[in-house]
Amino acid sequence: MEPLLEAENLTRCFGERRAVDGVGFSAHCGEVLGLLGPNGAGKSTTMRMLSGCLAPNVGRIRLAGLDLLRQPREAKARVGYLPEHPPLYPELRVDEYLRFAARLRGVPARQAGALVERAKRRCGLGETGRRVIGNLSRGYQQRVGIAQAIVHEPPVVILDEPTAGLDPIQNREVRELIGEIGTRCAVLLSTHILPEVQAVCTHALIIHRGRLVYSEDLRAGTADQGVLIALERPPATLEITRLPGVREAKELGGGRFQLELEAHRDAAGTLAERIAAQGWGLREYTPLRPGLEQIFVELAAGEIA
Amino acid sequence: MSTFVIAGRELRGLFLSPLAWTLLAAMSFIMAWIFLVQLDAFQLIQPRLKGLESPPGLTALVAVPVLRAAAGISLLVVPLLTMRTFSAELQSGSFDLLRSSPAGTSAIVAGKYLALLVFLAAMLAIVTAMPLSLLAGSHLDPGLLAAAVTGVALLLAGCAALGLFVSTLSSQPAMAAVMSYGLLLLLWLFGSDSDRGSLGAVLDWLSLRTHLETLLRGLVHLSDLLYYLLCIGTALALTVRRLELRRTEG
Repeated sequence: MEPLLEAENLTRCFGERRAVDGVGFSAHCGEVLGLLGPNGAGKSTTMRMLSGCLAPNVGRIRLAGLDLLRQPREAKARVGYLPEHPPLYPELRVDEYLRFAARLRGVPARQAGALVERAKRRCGLGETGRRVIGNLSRGYQQRVGIAQAIVHEPPVVILDEPTAGLDPIQNREVRELIGEIGTRCAVLLSTHILPEVQAVCTHALIIHRGRLVYSEDLRAGTADQGVLIALERPPATLEITRLPGVREAKELGGGRFQLELEAHRDAAGTLAERIAAQGWGLREYTPLRPGLEQIFVELAAGEIA
Repeated sequence: MSTFVIAGRELRGLFLSPLAWTLLAAMSFIMAWIFLVQLDAFQLIQPRLKGLESPPGLTALVAVPVLRAAAGISLLVVPLLTMRTFSAELQSGSFDLLRSSPAGTSAIVAGKYLALLVFLAAMLAIVTAMPLSLLAGSHLDPGLLAAAVTGVALLLAGCAALGLFVSTLSSQPAMAAVMSYGLLLLLWLFGSDSDRGSLGAVLDWLSLRTHLETLLRGLVHLSDLLYYLLCIGTALALTVRRLELRRTEG
Protein backbone atom coordinates (compact mmCIF):
# COMPACT_ATOMS: atom_id res chain seq x y z
CA MET A 1 0.00 0.00 0.00
CA GLU A 2 1.28 3.45 -0.89
CA PRO A 3 1.78 5.79 2.06
CA LEU A 4 -0.66 8.74 2.29
CA LEU A 5 1.98 11.13 3.49
CA GLU A 6 5.54 11.02 2.25
CA ALA A 7 8.30 13.49 2.94
CA GLU A 8 11.76 13.08 1.50
CA ASN A 9 14.86 15.02 2.44
CA LEU A 10 12.95 18.16 3.45
CA THR A 11 15.24 21.11 3.98
CA ARG A 12 14.39 24.67 4.77
CA CYS A 13 16.74 27.53 5.54
CA PHE A 14 15.96 30.91 7.02
CA GLY A 15 18.95 32.99 6.11
CA GLU A 16 22.00 31.11 7.35
CA ARG A 17 20.06 28.95 9.78
CA ARG A 18 18.86 25.52 8.70
CA ALA A 19 15.50 25.24 10.45
CA VAL A 20 14.81 21.84 8.94
CA ASP A 21 17.60 19.72 7.55
CA GLY A 22 17.01 16.58 5.51
CA VAL A 23 13.91 15.33 7.29
CA GLY A 24 12.06 12.37 5.77
CA PHE A 25 9.28 10.05 6.90
CA SER A 26 6.05 8.50 5.71
CA ALA A 27 2.63 7.62 7.12
CA HIS A 28 0.04 5.09 6.02
CA CYS A 29 -3.68 5.09 6.60
CA GLY A 30 -4.45 4.40 10.27
CA GLU A 31 -1.12 5.71 11.52
CA VAL A 32 -0.73 8.63 13.90
CA LEU A 33 2.75 10.12 13.78
CA GLY A 34 3.85 12.16 16.76
CA LEU A 35 6.46 14.76 15.95
CA LEU A 36 8.29 15.46 19.19
CA GLY A 37 10.91 17.99 19.93
CA PRO A 38 11.83 20.86 22.17
CA ASN A 39 10.62 24.33 21.20
CA GLY A 40 12.37 25.66 18.14
CA ALA A 41 13.42 22.21 16.91
CA GLY A 42 11.73 22.68 13.52
CA LYS A 43 8.38 20.97 14.13
CA SER A 44 6.19 23.85 12.95
CA THR A 45 8.41 24.58 9.97
CA THR A 46 8.15 20.93 8.90
CA MET A 47 4.37 21.02 9.21
CA ARG A 48 4.07 24.31 7.37
CA MET A 49 5.97 22.77 4.48
CA LEU A 50 3.79 19.66 4.45
CA SER A 51 0.62 21.78 4.42
CA GLY A 52 1.85 23.86 1.49
CA CYS A 53 2.15 27.10 3.49
CA LEU A 54 5.89 27.24 3.08
CA ALA A 55 7.97 26.05 0.16
CA PRO A 56 10.91 23.77 1.03
CA ASN A 57 14.35 24.67 -0.34
CA VAL A 58 15.05 21.01 -1.08
CA GLY A 59 12.96 17.90 -0.88
CA ARG A 60 9.85 16.19 -2.08
CA ILE A 61 6.39 15.92 -0.52
CA ARG A 62 3.68 13.52 -1.64
CA LEU A 63 0.16 13.71 -0.24
CA ALA A 64 -2.15 10.80 -1.11
CA GLY A 65 0.22 9.99 -3.96
CA LEU A 66 0.23 13.52 -5.40
CA ASP A 67 3.32 15.69 -5.54
CA LEU A 68 2.63 18.84 -3.51
CA LEU A 69 5.02 20.98 -5.53
CA ARG A 70 3.97 19.74 -8.99
CA GLN A 71 0.21 19.40 -8.44
CA PRO A 72 -0.44 21.82 -5.57
CA ARG A 73 -4.16 22.22 -6.24
CA GLU A 74 -5.00 18.51 -6.22
CA ALA A 75 -2.65 17.69 -3.36
CA LYS A 76 -3.83 20.52 -1.10
CA ALA A 77 -7.45 19.43 -1.47
CA ARG A 78 -6.42 16.18 0.26
CA VAL A 79 -4.90 17.67 3.36
CA GLY A 80 -6.38 19.25 6.47
CA TYR A 81 -4.11 21.53 8.45
CA LEU A 82 -4.40 23.04 11.90
CA PRO A 83 -1.63 25.61 12.39
CA GLU A 84 -0.18 26.52 15.77
CA HIS A 85 -2.77 29.25 16.15
CA PRO A 86 -6.18 28.06 14.92
CA PRO A 87 -6.93 30.00 11.71
CA LEU A 88 -10.34 31.27 12.83
CA TYR A 89 -12.42 34.24 11.78
CA PRO A 90 -13.81 35.43 15.13
CA GLU A 91 -16.71 37.34 13.59
CA LEU A 92 -18.21 34.26 11.88
CA ARG A 93 -20.54 31.68 13.36
CA VAL A 94 -19.23 28.10 13.72
CA ASP A 95 -21.50 26.83 10.92
CA GLU A 96 -20.57 29.65 8.55
CA TYR A 97 -16.90 29.15 9.22
CA LEU A 98 -16.89 25.38 8.72
CA ARG A 99 -18.94 25.76 5.58
CA PHE A 100 -16.41 28.26 4.27
CA ALA A 101 -13.54 25.89 5.12
CA ALA A 102 -15.27 23.04 3.27
CA ARG A 103 -16.13 25.14 0.20
CA LEU A 104 -12.59 26.51 0.09
CA ARG A 105 -11.28 22.93 -0.22
CA GLY A 106 -13.53 22.37 -3.21
CA VAL A 107 -16.54 20.65 -1.56
CA PRO A 108 -19.65 21.29 -3.69
CA ALA A 109 -22.31 23.48 -2.04
CA ARG A 110 -24.83 20.61 -1.92
CA GLN A 111 -22.58 18.37 0.18
CA ALA A 112 -21.13 21.07 2.43
CA GLY A 113 -24.06 21.09 4.87
CA ALA A 114 -23.87 17.36 5.61
CA LEU A 115 -20.07 17.45 6.01
CA VAL A 116 -20.26 20.40 8.39
CA GLU A 117 -22.79 18.53 10.54
CA ARG A 118 -20.59 15.43 10.59
CA ALA A 119 -17.45 17.38 11.51
CA LYS A 120 -19.32 19.16 14.31
CA ARG A 121 -20.57 15.83 15.66
CA ARG A 122 -17.09 14.30 15.59
CA CYS A 123 -15.56 17.27 17.36
CA GLY A 124 -18.30 17.61 19.97
CA LEU A 125 -19.53 20.94 18.60
CA GLY A 126 -23.13 19.85 18.19
CA GLU A 127 -24.81 22.70 20.04
CA THR A 128 -22.49 25.52 19.05
CA GLY A 129 -23.34 25.88 15.35
CA ARG A 130 -25.10 29.22 15.75
CA ARG A 131 -22.55 30.72 18.11
CA VAL A 132 -20.02 33.34 17.09
CA ILE A 133 -16.48 31.91 17.18
CA GLY A 134 -15.03 34.93 18.98
CA ASN A 135 -17.34 34.25 21.96
CA LEU A 136 -16.34 30.59 22.38
CA SER A 137 -13.93 29.42 25.07
CA ARG A 138 -10.35 28.50 24.19
CA GLY A 139 -11.13 24.78 24.26
CA TYR A 140 -14.06 25.12 21.90
CA GLN A 141 -12.07 27.35 19.57
CA GLN A 142 -9.43 24.64 19.41
CA ARG A 143 -12.13 22.12 18.51
CA VAL A 144 -13.38 24.41 15.76
CA GLY A 145 -9.79 24.53 14.56
CA ILE A 146 -9.66 20.73 14.41
CA ALA A 147 -13.12 20.54 12.80
CA GLN A 148 -11.87 22.91 10.10
CA ALA A 149 -9.02 20.49 9.35
CA ILE A 150 -11.25 17.42 8.96
CA VAL A 151 -14.45 18.94 7.53
CA HIS A 152 -13.62 17.94 3.95
CA GLU A 153 -12.61 14.45 5.16
CA PRO A 154 -9.06 14.56 3.85
CA PRO A 155 -6.83 11.46 3.80
CA VAL A 156 -4.02 13.41 5.47
CA VAL A 157 -4.47 15.50 8.61
CA ILE A 158 -1.71 17.71 10.02
CA LEU A 159 -2.20 19.12 13.51
CA ASP A 160 0.34 21.51 15.00
CA GLU A 161 0.17 21.31 18.81
CA PRO A 162 -3.52 20.43 18.92
CA THR A 163 -3.63 20.26 22.73
CA ALA A 164 -1.66 23.41 23.55
CA GLY A 165 -3.38 25.59 26.10
CA LEU A 166 -6.18 23.18 26.98
CA ASP A 167 -7.20 22.07 30.45
CA PRO A 168 -6.73 18.37 31.37
CA ILE A 169 -10.31 17.36 30.54
CA GLN A 170 -10.32 19.11 27.18
CA ASN A 171 -6.90 17.63 26.62
CA ARG A 172 -8.23 14.12 27.07
CA GLU A 173 -11.19 14.80 24.79
CA VAL A 174 -8.95 16.12 22.06
CA ARG A 175 -6.70 13.06 22.38
CA GLU A 176 -9.68 10.76 22.01
CA LEU A 177 -10.78 12.74 18.97
CA ILE A 178 -7.33 12.42 17.40
CA GLY A 179 -7.39 8.70 18.03
CA GLU A 180 -10.73 8.52 16.26
CA ILE A 181 -9.51 10.62 13.31
CA GLY A 182 -6.43 8.42 13.10
CA THR A 183 -8.47 5.33 12.31
CA ARG A 184 -9.56 6.72 8.93
CA CYS A 185 -6.55 8.65 7.69
CA ALA A 186 -2.89 9.42 8.23
CA VAL A 187 -2.33 11.93 11.02
CA LEU A 188 0.78 13.93 11.78
CA LEU A 189 0.72 15.85 15.03
CA SER A 190 3.36 17.81 16.85
CA THR A 191 3.82 18.31 20.55
CA HIS A 192 6.50 18.84 23.11
CA ILE A 193 4.71 16.67 25.66
CA LEU A 194 5.99 13.09 25.69
CA PRO A 195 3.03 11.31 27.36
CA GLU A 196 0.80 12.73 24.65
CA VAL A 197 2.75 10.82 22.02
CA GLN A 198 2.58 7.63 24.07
CA ALA A 199 -1.15 8.13 24.55
CA VAL A 200 -2.31 8.74 20.98
CA CYS A 201 0.45 7.99 18.49
CA THR A 202 1.42 4.83 16.66
CA HIS A 203 4.83 6.24 15.76
CA ALA A 204 7.16 8.64 17.51
CA LEU A 205 9.53 10.90 15.62
CA ILE A 206 11.95 13.09 17.51
CA ILE A 207 13.27 16.13 15.76
CA HIS A 208 16.14 18.11 17.13
CA ARG A 209 17.84 21.14 15.62
CA GLY A 210 16.08 20.47 12.36
CA ARG A 211 17.19 16.85 12.08
CA LEU A 212 15.21 13.69 12.62
CA VAL A 213 17.16 11.94 15.37
CA TYR A 214 14.82 9.14 16.43
CA SER A 215 11.93 7.25 14.95
CA GLU A 216 10.08 4.35 16.51
CA ASP A 217 7.00 2.27 15.86
CA LEU A 218 5.23 2.27 19.22
CA ARG A 219 2.95 -0.63 18.26
CA ALA A 220 5.82 -3.09 17.85
CA GLY A 221 6.52 -5.68 20.55
CA THR A 222 8.73 -4.26 23.21
CA ALA A 223 9.69 -7.38 25.17
CA ASP A 224 12.75 -8.06 23.08
CA GLN A 225 14.41 -5.12 24.76
CA GLY A 226 14.43 -6.33 28.32
CA VAL A 227 12.34 -7.64 31.18
CA LEU A 228 12.29 -7.08 34.93
CA ILE A 229 11.16 -10.08 36.97
CA ALA A 230 10.69 -10.74 40.69
CA LEU A 231 10.69 -14.30 42.05
CA GLU A 232 9.53 -15.81 45.36
CA ARG A 233 12.12 -18.59 45.32
CA PRO A 234 15.00 -17.29 43.18
CA PRO A 235 17.39 -19.88 41.70
CA ALA A 236 21.00 -19.22 40.86
CA THR A 237 21.47 -16.52 38.23
CA LEU A 238 23.16 -19.04 35.95
CA GLU A 239 20.01 -21.15 35.87
CA ILE A 240 17.92 -18.25 34.58
CA THR A 241 20.46 -17.54 31.86
CA ARG A 242 19.93 -21.10 30.60
CA LEU A 243 16.30 -20.41 29.76
CA PRO A 244 15.79 -20.22 25.99
CA GLY A 245 15.50 -16.62 24.73
CA VAL A 246 17.49 -15.08 27.59
CA ARG A 247 20.82 -13.61 26.66
CA GLU A 248 21.86 -12.29 30.02
CA ALA A 249 20.51 -12.04 33.55
CA LYS A 250 21.57 -9.64 36.25
CA GLU A 251 20.59 -10.06 39.88
CA LEU A 252 19.27 -6.90 41.45
CA GLY A 253 18.70 -8.32 44.93
CA GLY A 254 15.51 -9.27 46.76
CA GLY A 255 14.60 -11.89 44.18
CA ARG A 256 14.62 -9.33 41.36
CA PHE A 257 16.41 -9.90 38.09
CA GLN A 258 16.88 -7.79 35.00
CA LEU A 259 16.88 -9.98 31.91
CA GLU A 260 18.25 -9.09 28.53
CA LEU A 261 16.45 -11.06 25.84
CA GLU A 262 17.30 -12.45 22.44
CA ALA A 263 15.88 -10.26 19.71
CA HIS A 264 12.73 -12.05 18.70
CA ARG A 265 9.25 -10.89 19.25
CA ASP A 266 7.44 -13.97 20.59
CA ALA A 267 10.04 -14.56 23.30
CA ALA A 268 8.08 -12.49 25.76
CA GLY A 269 4.96 -14.62 26.10
CA THR A 270 6.72 -17.99 26.15
CA LEU A 271 9.34 -16.73 28.56
CA ALA A 272 6.74 -15.78 31.16
CA GLU A 273 5.22 -19.26 30.79
CA ARG A 274 8.61 -20.97 31.15
CA ILE A 275 9.52 -19.02 34.26
CA ALA A 276 6.15 -19.83 35.80
CA ALA A 277 6.65 -23.53 34.91
CA GLN A 278 9.97 -23.61 36.78
CA GLY A 279 8.09 -23.18 40.05
CA TRP A 280 10.17 -20.16 41.13
CA GLY A 281 7.04 -18.27 42.16
CA LEU A 282 6.83 -15.44 39.60
CA ARG A 283 5.64 -12.31 41.39
CA GLU A 284 6.35 -9.58 38.86
CA TYR A 285 6.97 -9.38 35.13
CA THR A 286 7.65 -5.91 33.65
CA PRO A 287 8.77 -5.36 30.07
CA LEU A 288 11.22 -2.48 29.86
CA ARG A 289 11.00 0.16 27.19
CA PRO A 290 14.23 2.04 26.92
CA GLY A 291 14.73 4.82 24.49
CA LEU A 292 11.93 7.27 23.89
CA GLU A 293 11.75 9.03 27.21
CA GLN A 294 15.44 8.87 27.89
CA ILE A 295 16.34 10.17 24.45
CA PHE A 296 13.78 12.96 24.68
CA VAL A 297 15.04 14.14 28.04
CA GLU A 298 18.64 13.98 26.89
CA LEU A 299 17.77 15.97 23.81
CA ALA A 300 15.83 18.53 25.76
CA ALA A 301 18.75 18.91 28.10
CA GLY A 302 20.97 19.44 25.09
CA GLU A 303 23.19 16.45 25.70
CA ILE A 304 23.04 15.09 22.18
CA ALA A 305 24.23 17.55 19.61
CA MET B 1 -14.87 29.05 -7.96
CA SER B 2 -12.74 29.54 -4.86
CA THR B 3 -12.53 33.24 -5.83
CA PHE B 4 -16.26 33.62 -5.16
CA VAL B 5 -16.09 31.57 -1.95
CA ILE B 6 -13.33 33.86 -0.68
CA ALA B 7 -15.13 37.01 -1.84
CA GLY B 8 -18.29 35.84 -0.06
CA ARG B 9 -16.42 35.25 3.19
CA GLU B 10 -14.69 38.60 2.89
CA LEU B 11 -17.95 40.51 2.36
CA ARG B 12 -19.62 38.66 5.22
CA GLY B 13 -16.72 39.53 7.51
CA LEU B 14 -16.83 43.14 6.32
CA PHE B 15 -20.53 43.58 6.97
CA LEU B 16 -20.40 41.73 10.30
CA SER B 17 -17.92 44.29 11.56
CA PRO B 18 -19.07 47.76 12.54
CA LEU B 19 -16.36 49.28 10.35
CA ALA B 20 -18.19 48.88 7.06
CA TRP B 21 -21.47 50.26 8.36
CA THR B 22 -19.79 53.18 10.11
CA LEU B 23 -17.88 54.07 6.95
CA LEU B 24 -21.03 53.94 4.83
CA ALA B 25 -22.97 56.01 7.37
CA ALA B 26 -20.25 58.65 7.68
CA MET B 27 -19.82 58.80 3.91
CA SER B 28 -23.57 59.18 3.33
CA PHE B 29 -23.82 61.93 5.92
CA ILE B 30 -20.89 63.94 4.58
CA MET B 31 -21.97 63.52 0.95
CA ALA B 32 -25.54 64.51 1.74
CA TRP B 33 -24.24 67.67 3.37
CA ILE B 34 -22.03 68.53 0.41
CA PHE B 35 -24.86 67.75 -2.01
CA LEU B 36 -27.30 70.07 -0.23
CA VAL B 37 -24.73 72.87 0.00
CA GLN B 38 -24.03 72.55 -3.76
CA LEU B 39 -27.75 72.57 -4.51
CA ASP B 40 -28.23 75.66 -2.38
CA ALA B 41 -25.43 77.49 -4.15
CA PHE B 42 -26.88 76.51 -7.53
CA GLN B 43 -30.28 77.95 -6.64
CA LEU B 44 -28.60 81.15 -5.54
CA ILE B 45 -26.76 81.74 -8.83
CA GLN B 46 -29.42 80.26 -11.11
CA PRO B 47 -31.05 83.65 -12.03
CA ARG B 48 -27.69 85.04 -13.18
CA LEU B 49 -26.91 81.94 -15.28
CA LYS B 50 -29.88 82.69 -17.53
CA GLY B 51 -28.05 85.67 -19.01
CA LEU B 52 -25.13 83.54 -20.28
CA GLU B 53 -24.80 82.23 -23.83
CA SER B 54 -24.44 78.51 -22.94
CA PRO B 55 -24.78 78.28 -19.17
CA PRO B 56 -23.34 75.35 -17.23
CA GLY B 57 -26.17 73.11 -16.15
CA LEU B 58 -27.24 71.33 -13.03
CA THR B 59 -24.98 68.35 -13.80
CA ALA B 60 -21.81 70.41 -14.05
CA LEU B 61 -22.60 72.61 -11.07
CA VAL B 62 -24.04 70.05 -8.64
CA ALA B 63 -23.47 66.42 -9.71
CA VAL B 64 -19.80 66.76 -10.73
CA PRO B 65 -18.68 68.71 -7.62
CA VAL B 66 -20.43 66.12 -5.46
CA LEU B 67 -18.59 63.29 -7.23
CA ARG B 68 -15.30 65.19 -7.04
CA ALA B 69 -15.75 65.53 -3.30
CA ALA B 70 -16.63 61.83 -3.07
CA ALA B 71 -13.36 60.98 -4.85
CA GLY B 72 -11.40 63.05 -2.36
CA ILE B 73 -13.10 61.52 0.65
CA SER B 74 -12.72 57.99 -0.64
CA LEU B 75 -8.95 58.46 -0.53
CA LEU B 76 -9.46 58.47 3.22
CA VAL B 77 -11.98 55.61 3.21
CA VAL B 78 -10.22 53.05 0.99
CA PRO B 79 -7.12 52.52 3.19
CA LEU B 80 -9.41 51.83 6.16
CA LEU B 81 -11.05 49.07 4.13
CA THR B 82 -7.95 47.59 2.57
CA MET B 83 -5.81 47.62 5.69
CA ARG B 84 -7.57 44.53 7.02
CA THR B 85 -7.52 42.42 3.88
CA PHE B 86 -4.14 40.74 4.20
CA SER B 87 -2.51 42.34 7.25
CA ALA B 88 -5.20 41.24 9.68
CA GLU B 89 -5.16 37.70 8.31
CA LEU B 90 -1.38 37.52 8.46
CA GLN B 91 -1.54 38.82 12.02
CA SER B 92 -4.20 36.40 13.28
CA GLY B 93 -2.79 33.43 11.36
CA SER B 94 -6.04 32.79 9.51
CA PHE B 95 -4.15 33.34 6.26
CA ASP B 96 -2.72 29.84 6.74
CA LEU B 97 -6.21 28.47 6.09
CA LEU B 98 -6.24 30.15 2.68
CA ARG B 99 -2.64 29.30 1.94
CA SER B 100 -3.04 25.60 2.77
CA SER B 101 -6.21 25.39 0.67
CA PRO B 102 -6.27 24.44 -3.02
CA ALA B 103 -7.07 28.05 -3.95
CA GLY B 104 -4.10 29.55 -5.78
CA THR B 105 -2.59 32.88 -4.83
CA SER B 106 -4.24 34.69 -7.73
CA ALA B 107 -7.64 33.27 -6.77
CA ILE B 108 -7.16 34.52 -3.21
CA VAL B 109 -6.17 38.00 -4.41
CA ALA B 110 -9.05 38.07 -6.93
CA GLY B 111 -11.54 37.05 -4.24
CA LYS B 112 -10.44 39.75 -1.85
CA TYR B 113 -10.35 42.39 -4.58
CA LEU B 114 -13.80 41.41 -5.77
CA ALA B 115 -15.20 41.85 -2.26
CA LEU B 116 -13.64 45.32 -2.03
CA LEU B 117 -15.13 46.26 -5.40
CA VAL B 118 -18.60 45.16 -4.30
CA PHE B 119 -18.38 47.29 -1.18
CA LEU B 120 -17.05 50.32 -3.07
CA ALA B 121 -19.75 49.89 -5.74
CA ALA B 122 -22.39 50.05 -3.00
CA MET B 123 -20.77 53.20 -1.66
CA LEU B 124 -20.62 54.80 -5.11
CA ALA B 125 -24.26 53.85 -5.71
CA ILE B 126 -25.31 55.73 -2.56
CA VAL B 127 -23.32 58.79 -3.60
CA THR B 128 -24.62 58.73 -7.19
CA ALA B 129 -28.19 58.34 -6.00
CA MET B 130 -28.05 61.88 -4.57
CA PRO B 131 -27.58 63.81 -7.84
CA LEU B 132 -29.82 61.26 -9.60
CA SER B 133 -32.65 62.27 -7.28
CA LEU B 134 -32.70 65.61 -9.13
CA LEU B 135 -34.18 63.77 -12.11
CA ALA B 136 -37.49 63.90 -10.27
CA GLY B 137 -37.86 67.60 -11.01
CA SER B 138 -35.16 68.51 -13.48
CA HIS B 139 -32.95 67.35 -16.32
CA LEU B 140 -29.37 66.00 -16.08
CA ASP B 141 -26.73 65.58 -18.78
CA PRO B 142 -26.44 61.75 -18.95
CA GLY B 143 -23.12 61.76 -20.85
CA LEU B 144 -21.34 64.03 -18.41
CA LEU B 145 -22.77 62.17 -15.44
CA ALA B 146 -21.75 58.78 -16.86
CA ALA B 147 -18.21 59.98 -17.55
CA ALA B 148 -17.86 61.42 -14.05
CA VAL B 149 -19.21 58.28 -12.37
CA THR B 150 -16.90 56.11 -14.49
CA GLY B 151 -13.98 58.27 -13.44
CA VAL B 152 -14.75 57.95 -9.73
CA ALA B 153 -15.38 54.20 -10.10
CA LEU B 154 -11.99 53.71 -11.77
CA LEU B 155 -10.29 55.83 -9.13
CA LEU B 156 -11.86 53.73 -6.37
CA ALA B 157 -10.86 50.50 -8.10
CA GLY B 158 -7.30 51.78 -8.51
CA CYS B 159 -7.03 52.88 -4.88
CA ALA B 160 -8.42 49.53 -3.72
CA ALA B 161 -5.83 47.61 -5.75
CA LEU B 162 -2.99 49.77 -4.39
CA GLY B 163 -4.31 49.37 -0.84
CA LEU B 164 -4.55 45.62 -1.31
CA PHE B 165 -0.89 45.48 -2.31
CA VAL B 166 0.19 47.63 0.63
CA SER B 167 -1.69 45.37 3.07
CA THR B 168 0.55 42.46 2.06
CA LEU B 169 3.61 44.42 3.17
CA SER B 170 2.82 44.46 6.87
CA SER B 171 1.13 42.16 9.32
CA GLN B 172 -0.15 45.14 11.28
CA PRO B 173 -3.34 46.68 9.90
CA ALA B 174 -2.59 50.15 11.30
CA MET B 175 0.78 50.10 9.58
CA ALA B 176 -0.85 49.09 6.31
CA ALA B 177 -3.38 51.91 6.63
CA VAL B 178 -0.68 54.52 7.22
CA MET B 179 1.37 53.26 4.27
CA SER B 180 -1.69 53.30 2.01
CA TYR B 181 -2.47 56.88 3.04
CA GLY B 182 1.07 57.85 2.22
CA LEU B 183 1.03 56.17 -1.17
CA LEU B 184 -2.43 57.41 -2.23
CA LEU B 185 -1.92 61.00 -1.08
CA LEU B 186 1.45 61.12 -2.81
CA LEU B 187 -0.06 59.86 -6.07
CA TRP B 188 -2.89 62.35 -5.63
CA LEU B 189 -0.65 65.35 -4.98
CA PHE B 190 1.69 64.63 -7.93
CA GLY B 191 -0.82 66.33 -10.15
CA SER B 192 -0.98 69.60 -8.25
CA ASP B 193 1.85 71.47 -9.97
CA SER B 194 2.71 70.97 -13.61
CA ASP B 195 5.01 73.92 -14.38
CA ARG B 196 8.20 71.93 -13.91
CA GLY B 197 9.09 70.89 -17.41
CA SER B 198 9.34 67.26 -18.40
CA LEU B 199 9.54 65.93 -14.85
CA GLY B 200 6.36 67.81 -14.05
CA ALA B 201 4.66 66.25 -17.04
CA VAL B 202 5.68 62.74 -15.96
CA LEU B 203 4.47 63.34 -12.40
CA ASP B 204 1.30 64.82 -13.80
CA TRP B 205 0.70 61.68 -15.83
CA LEU B 206 1.39 59.46 -12.81
CA SER B 207 -1.12 61.31 -10.68
CA LEU B 208 -4.43 59.72 -9.81
CA ARG B 209 -6.04 63.17 -9.96
CA THR B 210 -5.20 64.48 -13.44
CA HIS B 211 -6.83 61.49 -15.10
CA LEU B 212 -9.92 61.89 -12.96
CA GLU B 213 -10.23 65.59 -13.79
CA THR B 214 -10.53 64.93 -17.54
CA LEU B 215 -13.30 62.44 -16.91
CA LEU B 216 -15.05 64.85 -14.53
CA ARG B 217 -15.14 67.38 -17.37
CA GLY B 218 -16.96 64.80 -19.45
CA LEU B 219 -13.98 63.95 -21.67
CA VAL B 220 -13.42 60.21 -22.02
CA HIS B 221 -9.89 59.58 -23.31
CA LEU B 222 -8.72 56.04 -23.84
CA SER B 223 -5.39 57.00 -22.24
CA ASP B 224 -7.11 57.92 -18.96
CA LEU B 225 -9.02 54.64 -18.86
CA LEU B 226 -5.82 52.75 -19.67
CA TYR B 227 -3.98 54.57 -16.89
CA TYR B 228 -6.40 53.26 -14.28
CA LEU B 229 -6.49 49.75 -15.73
CA LEU B 230 -2.68 49.71 -15.79
CA CYS B 231 -2.61 50.90 -12.20
CA ILE B 232 -5.04 48.15 -11.12
CA GLY B 233 -3.22 45.44 -13.09
CA THR B 234 0.20 46.40 -11.76
CA ALA B 235 -0.97 46.58 -8.15
CA LEU B 236 -2.72 43.21 -8.33
CA ALA B 237 0.26 41.55 -10.02
CA LEU B 238 2.55 42.93 -7.30
CA THR B 239 0.15 41.62 -4.65
CA VAL B 240 0.28 38.09 -6.08
CA ARG B 241 4.05 38.29 -6.40
CA ARG B 242 4.47 39.53 -2.85
CA LEU B 243 2.32 36.71 -1.43
CA GLU B 244 4.24 34.11 -3.43
CA LEU B 245 7.45 35.53 -2.02
CA ARG B 246 6.06 35.19 1.50
CA ARG B 247 5.57 31.49 0.78
CA THR B 248 9.02 30.84 -0.62
CA GLU B 249 10.99 33.15 1.65
CA GLY B 250 9.05 32.56 4.83
